[in-house]
Amino acid sequence: MRNLKAVLKRELKGYFESPVAYVFIIIFLLATAGCTFFISRLFDTRVASLDAFFVWHPWLYLFLVPAVGMRLWSEERKSGTIELLFTLPITLIEAIAGKFLAAWLFIGIALLLTFPMVVTVAYLGSPDYGIIFTSYIGSFLLAGAYLAVTCLFSAMSKNQVISFVLAVVACFAMLMLGAGVFTDFLNGFLPVGISEAISAFSFFTHFQNFQRGLIDSRSLIYFISMIGFMLTANAVVLEMKKAE
Amino acid sequence: MIAVESLAKSFGSIRAVDSISFTVNKGEILGFLGPNGAGKSTTMKMITTFLPPTSGSAKVANFDIWENPLEVRARIGYLPESAPSYKDMNVYDFLMFTAEVRGYDGEERKNRVVRMLETCNLKDVAWQLIDTLSKGYRQRVGFAQALLHDPEYLVLDEPTDGLDPNQKQEVRALIRRMGREKCIILSTHILEEVEAVCSRAIIIGNGKIVADGTPEALRRRSKLHGAVTLELFGADLKDAFADLEKIAGVERVELLTDEDRPSQNARTGKNGKESENGMEKSVNDSKEAEDSKAGKYGDGSDKTGKSSLRVRLFPKKGVAIAHEAAQFVHQRKWEVDAFTLEKGDLNEVFYNLTRGGQA
Repeated sequence: MRNLKAVLKRELKGYFESPVAYVFIIIFLLATAGCTFFISRLFDTRVASLDAFFVWHPWLYLFLVPAVGMRLWSEERKSGTIELLFTLPITLIEAIAGKFLAAWLFIGIALLLTFPMVVTVAYLGSPDYGIIFTSYIGSFLLAGAYLAVTCLFSAMSKNQVISFVLAVVACFAMLMLGAGVFTDFLNGFLPVGISEAISAFSFFTHFQNFQRGLIDSRSLIYFISMIGFMLTANAVVLEMKKAE
Repeated sequence: MIAVESLAKSFGSIRAVDSISFTVNKGEILGFLGPNGAGKSTTMKMITTFLPPTSGSAKVANFDIWENPLEVRARIGYLPESAPSYKDMNVYDFLMFTAEVRGYDGEERKNRVVRMLETCNLKDVAWQLIDTLSKGYRQRVGFAQALLHDPEYLVLDEPTDGLDPNQKQEVRALIRRMGREKCIILSTHILEEVEAVCSRAIIIGNGKIVADGTPEALRRRSKLHGAVTLELFGADLKDAFADLEKIAGVERVELLTDEDRPSQNARTGKNGKESENGMEKSVNDSKEAEDSKAGKYGDGSDKTGKSSLRVRLFPKKGVAIAHEAAQFVHQRKWEVDAFTLEKGDLNEVFYNLTRGGQA
């Protein structure tokens, strides 16, 4: 645990000591605000709710989260520091969890900085704070799931760009599993039970549950086990690939 | 003690390390020698638990690299090849990170880092990003990181790589000093380094150990070992060459030209004869042309008509000829400019062993 903290601190500091952090935060804030106000037209809806804000998160994260996570292992492998890291008395789990949590925390900080949105709707009317709270939780978990996928692909390639592209594609696939179009398409030739089971694996479906104002334990377990699974796969890939 | 037992590593169908066994004790500095791609680094990566071996095992301080990797890592200081470090950190932060991971807290952590900055002459660049440092400084950062916890075991992959000659000397002195209380394995392809630093050398070729012994013992395997190199000066050296062959115990005599000075290749007798003729010619030439021009002849003839001769006497196997040669030269009343008893050439041994030849 102690070394997990050391890795986490190092990574998090690394984000804030490079321009990446500020570029990411600014773009994230501009993009969420832009989508909410100019595309969803929050003011025109005349509803004091942040639905118009959260609905964009799966799509913005799709590009922003892989951008944050792509360097985690690619860089480490490319520069050879992975050899240093794994000959220090750090376990594989500590290293993987440390890096993941650092990036997740960083995204969390960016997410917290969207608080003016809450202030805005609070000023305009009386929103349901419960829904806003669970939506934030859902958004954070969704980011974590994206990030775990990104970590996995980051471990697969020394090239950050390749890691990024693969991660975006994989996240997109995980998202679309639950999209209406895709489910309808599956219903065409699969029994409804199976297509529903498939859509139950979608990021989207579970993210939506949180937007209804409840913390569904199934969705909570889904995100946590998804993260756990991806990070386990990350560990396996690292063990296989670290020598290359 | 580091005990390596039939350690092997394959990458696909390539056998990078093929059943290597050796032990290194405290107070020993083991030099790993071998051409690039011979398996030096791979062996070190296995000992430091970075790579799992395909078969075989290694123990560091009686901890198995496979069963107790963390115990092994805690006891080893490792400088990987080309000294990787986090380039987006400054030197101080980087060392503070390794100190934290090594289990140091508070004042102790800071003190250790500061001490390392001093030991490795990094004080001036402590606040610079590692990215902006030169190769030599980065290498020292790698060193600082490896020595920070004062480990009992040191594994250094090409520790002097990228350093300038002065820094090389410093690092070698540091390694020698540490070698008294520690158990050190270092890899290098600089042979003089082995002679300067190591108490023992292992030569690896194609993943196998091809030689294991003190640098002294390895040198003894050289053809050159026991040979006597003479630089004679005198008026009457024309017959000296043939004369020298009469010394008891001498197998053959070889003429040296200036190109031979680094003494890499033992020439064959035939070549020697040829150069001898060439030599005689230039001696005659210089006798005719008794002017300053003669000085330009590579063989060292001068205007007095005297000339110099550089020859090397190779002994018959196991025979010591130094004494005989000295006496012989004395009897002939030749002036001797240099008389060297060759210890043997590690380069040659290395070349022969790693090319599959016989040393």
